[in-house]
Amino acid sequence: MTIDMSQFFQVFFDEAEEGLAEMEKLLLAVNVSDPDDEDLNAVFRAAHSIKGGSATFGLTDLTEVTHVLESLLDRIRQGQMALTSQHVDAFLAAKDILKSMLDGHRHGATVDLDAVADVRMLLQSLSEGASKKVATPQALVGPGGVSRYRIELPNLGEREIEALQQELGLLGTIEKADAEEGRCVFILDTAKGADSIHEICSFLVNADDLKISQAVAARSKEEEQGYGFFAPFVPQEATDEERGYGFFAPFVPANATDRERGYGFFEPFVPQGDLERAKQAEAAAHADSDEPPALAVSEGGAEKKAKGEKPAVHESSSIRVGVEKVDQLINLVGELVITQAMIEQRTGSLDPMLHEHLLNSVSQLTRNTRDLQESVMSIRMMPMDYVFSRFPRMVRDLAAKLNKRVEFVTHGAATELDKGLIERIVDPLTHLVRNSIDHGIEIPETRLAAGKTDYGTLSLSAEHQGGNIIIEVTDDGGGLNRERILAKAKQQGMGVSDNLSDGDVWQLIFEPGFSTAEQVTDVSGRGVGMDVVKRNILAMGGAVDIRSSKGFGTTISISLPLTLAILDGMSIRIGHEIYILPLGYVVESLQPATQDVKEISGQGKVIKVRGEYLPLLPLYQIFNIESTFTDPSQGLVVILESDGKKAALFVDDLIGQQQIVVKNLESNYRKVAGISGATILGDGGVALIIDVAALLRSTRQHSDESVFS
Amino acid sequence: MSDNMSKTISGFGEKADSTGNEFLAFTLGKEEYGIDILKVQEIRGYEAVTRIANSPDFIKGVVNLRGIIVPIVDMRIKFQLGEPTYDQFTVVIILNISGRVVGMVVDSVSDVITLSPEQIKPAPEMGTTFDSDYLIGLGTLDERMLILVDIDKLMSSADMGLIEKLAA
Repeated sequence: MTIDMSQFFQVFFDEAEEGLAEMEKLLLAVNVSDPDDEDLNAVFRAAHSIKGGSATFGLTDLTEVTHVLESLLDRIRQGQMALTSQHVDAFLAAKDILKSMLDGHRHGATVDLDAVADVRMLLQSLSEGASKKVATPQALVGPGGVSRYRIELPNLGEREIEALQQELGLLGTIEKADAEEGRCVFILDTAKGADSIHEICSFLVNADDLKISQAVAARSKEEEQGYGFFAPFVPQEATDEERGYGFFAPFVPANATDRERGYGFFEPFVPQGDLERAKQAEAAAHADSDEPPALAVSEGGAEKKAKGEKPAVHESSSIRVGVEKVDQLINLVGELVITQAMIEQRTGSLDPMLHEHLLNSVSQLTRNTRDLQESVMSIRMMPMDYVFSRFPRMVRDLAAKLNKRVEFVTHGAATELDKGLIERIVDPLTHLVRNSIDHGIEIPETRLAAGKTDYGTLSLSAEHQGGNIIIEVTDDGGGLNRERILAKAKQQGMGVSDNLSDGDVWQLIFEPGFSTAEQVTDVSGRGVGMDVVKRNILAMGGAVDIRSSKGFGTTISISLPLTLAILDGMSIRIGHEIYILPLGYVVESLQPATQDVKEISGQGKVIKVRGEYLPLLPLYQIFNIESTFTDPSQGLVVILESDGKKAALFVDDLIGQQQIVVKNLESNYRKVAGISGATILGDGGVALIIDVAALLRSTRQHSDESVFS
Repeated sequence: MSDNMSKTISGFGEKADSTGNEFLAFTLGKEEYGIDILKVQEIRGYEAVTRIANSPDFIKGVVNLRGIIVPIVDMRIKFQLGEPTYDQFTVVIILNISGRVVGMVVDSVSDVITLSPEQIKPAPEMGTTFDSDYLIGLGTLDERMLILVDIDKLMSSADMGLIEKLAA
């Protein structure tokens, strides 16, 4: 018997992907100077389960990378190392690599093996920390802070040392310290990392002969410097002795052997290669075995460790279910709601005195059914956070690449949208966000010159508005340039006039191929692929709108219909037929006075509502129904609004307002003009949902048949 | 189960064999028709439909069939056979045609019959209201003659307008 492994693979891939996303989210949110242990544990758990899973499936390359990642994470969460921003960067890089490897296994995408090796090296070196000979000391201080490095060079010529001193002097203040046995030692105070020093020195010195170690710039930083435990390997200056003492202080009571103490103090005076290496190995062994007690006395260490061992407070609490199962559930609940409505209707005619118990039970059933329906419907709904959460990373990376400073804010991340739509909105949004950073937000210098803050603000927002969800990408950058766009349009032979409204001008950037021509700075870039964005959104039944003000920024607003399985509808009656109007379009309803209904040259009627003339749409004529009333002043009109156009729909009566389950007509029939779908009423009958947007579009034309063309 | 059924039914015809096709026989006016039983999902009584505005008159409208919206076609109107009356005896055959569900109103459903290939004769070029494209042939069973309809082809045809034609 063979087991179909592919299904398990799928589960593993899904889980791994989820784990990576979770990891990234946590890493981006982590506070480097004071990381939350729970977060670190969560990151560790994610890495660990990916490791376990990949080992099970024999994906050794994944296992290897996750293993290195995991051991580094473990040291940090155990408090053996302090988290630094360098670690975070390395973790993020590792996450990317893991993702690409995962894709490699999953879709056969190509994996950059060099990058994989690089990341492994990076993680490994970080994890081994200072015990490696040419270890890269971690940047101990936050950006902008100054660290002190001790650079030990091999025997060099006088001129070379001078040149090097000058070069390094550019990074910060440099001091030449006592040379020992022909070696030369610099003390450098710089805001740059050890990498820069490496870079400069590597012109003259073989990297293996170079020793860069970090001395401490300020005492107050000590607590943060977890790797201080490895400090015994750092040769201490005589002048640093006092500081060194502070360093080792925690060790003293713990490893109260004279040998160790002596080692710590006197090591600087025996900096010989072989001897040193031997001692390092020895010390490493000691450090490993002695670290926990050492930690116990170091500030905060005990507390951290205790926390680290606490059982995980919150485990991931979601299960994976196929969409078709959910849809089936939704359908069944829809059925239940209808059945319940039928029972309610039938029992409504019973004598409440005689059937009190039955009626009570029915009303309880009603409540329970509604609750059930609501919860089931919410399964398919996902918060916009699902989309928004992937942007902070992108913004961070892109801003860094473009040397821009961008603050990213989101609003309404809890706004819920159907899963199907959520997935389709990701690509267009990504594109818009990229565009905003690339072409909208200016570089800090330009911003300062324009009297703005040096960091740009990019905001993503989502909110419900009527029957739509509005998603907006706003930047406070330079805005669109009307003249440039017009000039470009003319150059491309589009028939545009200079009198176009701003709104129309902005729409030009959605023209296919509008910007594929040469780069015209901030304008042309905005158009790359904008036609695709627009097409995607139109395909979802949405619309895109641009608001831009030169010098103040641009807002791109996407409005999507909540084409969900459920919507608020108003049921109306014409003759014996019942139709549903999506409530989002309904403004008001009223009974017009006879004198407010006017005829326009036999073509149609208009109705005057508060000084505004609205076209009258007689639904009985459009749908060819025998209606009770043909005179609007006897029936009712419902004022509808869509896309800024208003019209009055003439109906016989309003029945009520209810939540309806939208059913597709096209699954078994065909598209019907003027109808957007169907629903099932409480009595089991079918009511059609009127396509209000199409109906209003047709008001421009004279003839009613145009709806059906 | 279908084996059992075919055995019971094969009692009707002398030459029927187990390899024969089963057909659901129904009447429209005075004519008797047969369709492949495998296309039939269920048989129901006629219930109130919701009219679809501006659709051809043979499309009666849509009904709710356990949560799905199903269009109902009245074959008597489509082929001008018999009087379209709707009472408790009116029958709707619910067809499942490559995943799409369609209801078909007929005058009555008689039985399920098994026809061997030799009982199915090619349809003449004239004579029925159906376009011969939609015919499988004529089935003979004792004194009865069934017009065998390729219901798949018929319901998918542009003639019926049940399925959106793909945009050219």
